[in-house]
Amino acid sequence: MKLSTNFLKDYVDIDVDVKTLAEDMTRVGNEYDFAGHLIEATNLVIGEIKECEEHPDSDHLHVCQVDVGKEVLQIVCGAPNARKGIKVIVALPGAQLPGDFTIKRGTIRGVESNGMMCSLAELGIESKFLTQADKEGIHELPDNATIGADPIKFMKMDDGVIDFELTANRGDLLSILGMAYEVGAIYNKPVKTIDLSHSETGYNISHSFKIDIQTDNCSLFLAKKVENVTIKESPTFIKNRLIASGIRPINNVVDISNYVMLEVGQPLHFYDADRLGNKLIVRMAENGEKLTTLDEVERTLDENDIVIATEQSAIGLAGVMGGLTTEVENYTKNIIIESAIFDGVKVRKTSKKIVRSEASNRFEKGLDPNRTYMAVERACHLLEKYADATIISGICVFDRTEKQDKEVFVTVDNINDVLGTNLSEDDVIDVFKRLKFTGYAEDGDIRVLVPRRRLDISIKEDLIEEVGRIYGVDNIKGKLPILPIKAGSYDRTTREIRNKMVSLGLNETLTYVLVGEDEANKYTNETFSNLKLLDPLTEERNTLRYSMIPSMVKTYEYNKSRNIKDVSIFEIGKGFFKKGEEYGENSKLCVLMTGEYYLGFGNRQNVDFYIIKGIAEEILDYLGYANRYSFVHMMNPINEFHPGQSAEISVNNDIVGVVAKLHPSITKDDVYVMEINLDKLLSKRTGKMKFKEISKFPAIKKDLAFVMNKKIESKEIETVIKKAAGSLLTDIEVFDVYTGENVAEDEKSIAYSLTFMDAKKTLTEEEISVVFDKIIEMVESKCEAKLRR
Amino acid sequence: MKEQIEAIKQKSISEISNAKDLKELNDLRVQYLGKKGELTSVLRGMGALSPEERPVIGSLVNEVKDELESIISQKEESFKAEELNKKLESETIDITLPSKKIKRGSKHPLNRTIEEIEDLFVSMGYDVVEGPELETDEFCFERLNLPQGHPARDMQDSFYITDSYLLRTQTSAVQAREMLRKGGKDPIRMICVGKTYRREDDATHSHQFNQVEGLVIDKKENNVSLADLKGTLEVFMKKMLGENTELRFRPSYFPFTEPSYEVDVSCFNCGGKGCSLCKKTGWIELLGSGIVHPNVLKMNGYDPELYGGFAFGTGIDRLAMFKYGITDMRYLYTNDVRFLGQFDRMD
Repeated sequence: MKLSTNFLKDYVDIDVDVKTLAEDMTRVGNEYDFAGHLIEATNLVIGEIKECEEHPDSDHLHVCQVDVGKEVLQIVCGAPNARKGIKVIVALPGAQLPGDFTIKRGTIRGVESNGMMCSLAELGIESKFLTQADKEGIHELPDNATIGADPIKFMKMDDGVIDFELTANRGDLLSILGMAYEVGAIYNKPVKTIDLSHSETGYNISHSFKIDIQTDNCSLFLAKKVENVTIKESPTFIKNRLIASGIRPINNVVDISNYVMLEVGQPLHFYDADRLGNKLIVRMAENGEKLTTLDEVERTLDENDIVIATEQSAIGLAGVMGGLTTEVENYTKNIIIESAIFDGVKVRKTSKKIVRSEASNRFEKGLDPNRTYMAVERACHLLEKYADATIISGICVFDRTEKQDKEVFVTVDNINDVLGTNLSEDDVIDVFKRLKFTGYAEDGDIRVLVPRRRLDISIKEDLIEEVGRIYGVDNIKGKLPILPIKAGSYDRTTREIRNKMVSLGLNETLTYVLVGEDEANKYTNETFSNLKLLDPLTEERNTLRYSMIPSMVKTYEYNKSRNIKDVSIFEIGKGFFKKGEEYGENSKLCVLMTGEYYLGFGNRQNVDFYIIKGIAEEILDYLGYANRYSFVHMMNPINEFHPGQSAEISVNNDIVGVVAKLHPSITKDDVYVMEINLDKLLSKRTGKMKFKEISKFPAIKKDLAFVMNKKIESKEIETVIKKAAGSLLTDIEVFDVYTGENVAEDEKSIAYSLTFMDAKKTLTEEEISVVFDKIIEMVESKCEAKLRR
Repeated sequence: MKEQIEAIKQKSISEISNAKDLKELNDLRVQYLGKKGELTSVLRGMGALSPEERPVIGSLVNEVKDELESIISQKEESFKAEELNKKLESETIDITLPSKKIKRGSKHPLNRTIEEIEDLFVSMGYDVVEGPELETDEFCFERLNLPQGHPARDMQDSFYITDSYLLRTQTSAVQAREMLRKGGKDPIRMICVGKTYRREDDATHSHQFNQVEGLVIDKKENNVSLADLKGTLEVFMKKMLGENTELRFRPSYFPFTEPSYEVDVSCFNCGGKGCSLCKKTGWIELLGSGIVHPNVLKMNGYDPELYGGFAFGTGIDRLAMFKYGITDMRYLYTNDVRFLGQFDRMD
């Protein structure tokens, strides 16, 4: 809402500058975007062009001698309409114009120029408000302008403008009257009454004109007739106030409908009565019904649009836009004024489809029915005064609204408890008085009668807010709550995982959960329905991810394109799914590694499968799942993974994640990923961290190596070793895998380091060699492997 | 005989002091003090002495023996020290050559900020709770007093996947979940931190961003008031933005609180003098807050006559950007490793 302070001053006497007013309004909850003047310029005077000659060195510049009162200035001007005898706006040397523009003395193509003659655009008036003449040249003032005087005052454009960003609940402030009540409350000033006076004549309109309201979405509908209007230009004050409010002046009749809307907050619609017939119907549109609106666009309507109609057809979209066939034209003589209240939600939906307008905005925020009547009266007053209208007596009324003040009770204790204040009954009643509510003490309560204009107030909490606003929240001193003592809590696991991954040398990312639809079902072998956005911003991000891997692969690609080859990243985030009718999400840990990685102290290595597998084991061990997990072959292959370098992570025989190299069809680089479903993993029990007695007996380490076909997996051998060794074996570790000289081409040698210990005694060499022999015998007989000698 | 002993003594002392290394020293030790050494031979000749002379000579020999022993071991010590010094010198390295590094990871600046916020509120007795990011319309809007068609829904253009499911536009959705979980009786002191989504994407808005939501509900007699909200947010903002930070509460409108306040903080860029960040106002709008609306309490199981409290929420992205001097919001989500890697140490 753009507020003209001149307009405001019609209803409340204030003497504060526009910036102060804006700040004071902010303090009671009404933010602004801009506060300043309609014309932000200094050092302007009215001048008269005494001489106007062609510039000797230009085909379009003029050299003018301009009388500005105290002196005659030579000014070079390029405007086509510059000529001898016209009165103009002169910016003197030193003048500041909008856009940080300072006027200086200078020479233009060799000719001295001491100022500038201005167009209205140069003074900051938007071009949509300008006449054709004003768009093309400097502004011409009428003959009665006084040379040397202030042109802004002369044009009556010395107005303050504040562009408020109002909250959705304060529809009442979308009017000058509403603003006056608010400003009056701040400065404790009365609000002046609005002039509704006019004379009426003729037969009561309700006999000859009918209204038929066929839908519940219209709660109040008024129709009034005026005749014999003269369509012409509006008086200056109306035009200037409309411009200051951001509305383009058109002609006196259209301008009056807008002026009244700004003044009282009620949108009006004027119909050309002679093209209307004698009946107005309000109904819901039929599906597919057509209507050409006054912007000459044919609209297709549906059953959620409220229309104004004649018996024949729809003639307007209620609250949004009138129809082309009945709008006021330059030849219009007689007018039907419509003032009504339509359902805000319906208007909002329709206007979202068609166009948001000043009118629809007001219907959406809600209206005071008292103002619906007031608007008609005010329009009659202005039409009579400025359009020579004859007002026909009577009015057609359909009214289901409540108009009397709302009764709300509150106590002083209620107020002090919520605000943390120590206000007295008098303090509180004074606030209501300032707001022009009726408030008085009654049986320990305060009974408040709230006028209908304040649609936002209906319960005591609303009144508490009003007291807080007007009393001033700055006057309330902050303190900390005094509540029973208790320990706070948070999810430590996520943080522990994050810290662990950081300590492993990985960089934490934060990726978008929205990915392209084609990526959303990659990198997984699970079945689910894609979760597509109904209204995405871009196709690239139109679906919720299931796996985090697509997001991580994107991050790797982004870095690669910036020539960064070593990427080791992780993230804890969400993956989303729909399985059957269930929607859900899982917390996931995802890792991507490629390029070089440091392995311990200074040992750089290219990432391979075993490094990322090590990262997976490290996190599983750290979370307490040691000895409960294994890496198993994929049950169902995932197309995006290397078939020979991918594994599922199984914890307690349940798959919780994957480790894999990306398939060469995805990237030629060696890129490895790991993903663990944390919700699934963390639902599994872990052992408690508990002290174990340290053995008093020494452990004995023994190494041995087996040669086997390359296809045989180490796990197979390990299982047999463990079984053969029994409880004396406390640890088994692979310390070398060898292929090459002395080993056949299709074979490999794996060397194991075994640790033996007996908790009850020192093991003897003999005891160990018995176990050792048994291990060799069992491995050789059960696996296709031979001891390497 | 005395003269003979004295001569041996003088000769040996001179030879020992001239010894060049440990080996020579050992040879001298054998030569003089060994079983067949010169001094020992003298003792053997004692049989020819008178019984009166024997003890005198005997003790003299022992004296000389002790003296030589002592000189030899001193000399030995100094040889050993010398040898060690040589060894140490030969082992001296160039300490300015690079170390064998361990790769250091990094924690995302947003998560660092989130952890700081969580720690602060946990220290004040708040629980950190979580809620789904894929939320229902019911929890994101309706249970927060934002029915269908409410104009305030326009402020939050949303990503819906069906008529009733959407990516949450605000962490406030967790308020209702927590109230229902607490069953309308237990007091609540919680924050929820997490990702939120709105259908907008430009230089200053990311469609995915982060919020923190705070909710305190207690019995009316414990009097959780606007003054407590002011105090709590003062502590919060001063911790995040510095002790000199000032707060300005402006009455505003949110459907889930009544009264509602927007909270500005004194501009952390210019300290309130006015700059381009604060659009020359000296203030930056940072939080939304208020006293929990009775409808919200009622809808989620708390009797507004018996319980009351406050709620607040703020975006975290801007706090993180301020904290680390990040100049462009897009850095937070593009995950350039050169950006991420900068956040690799203790705060």
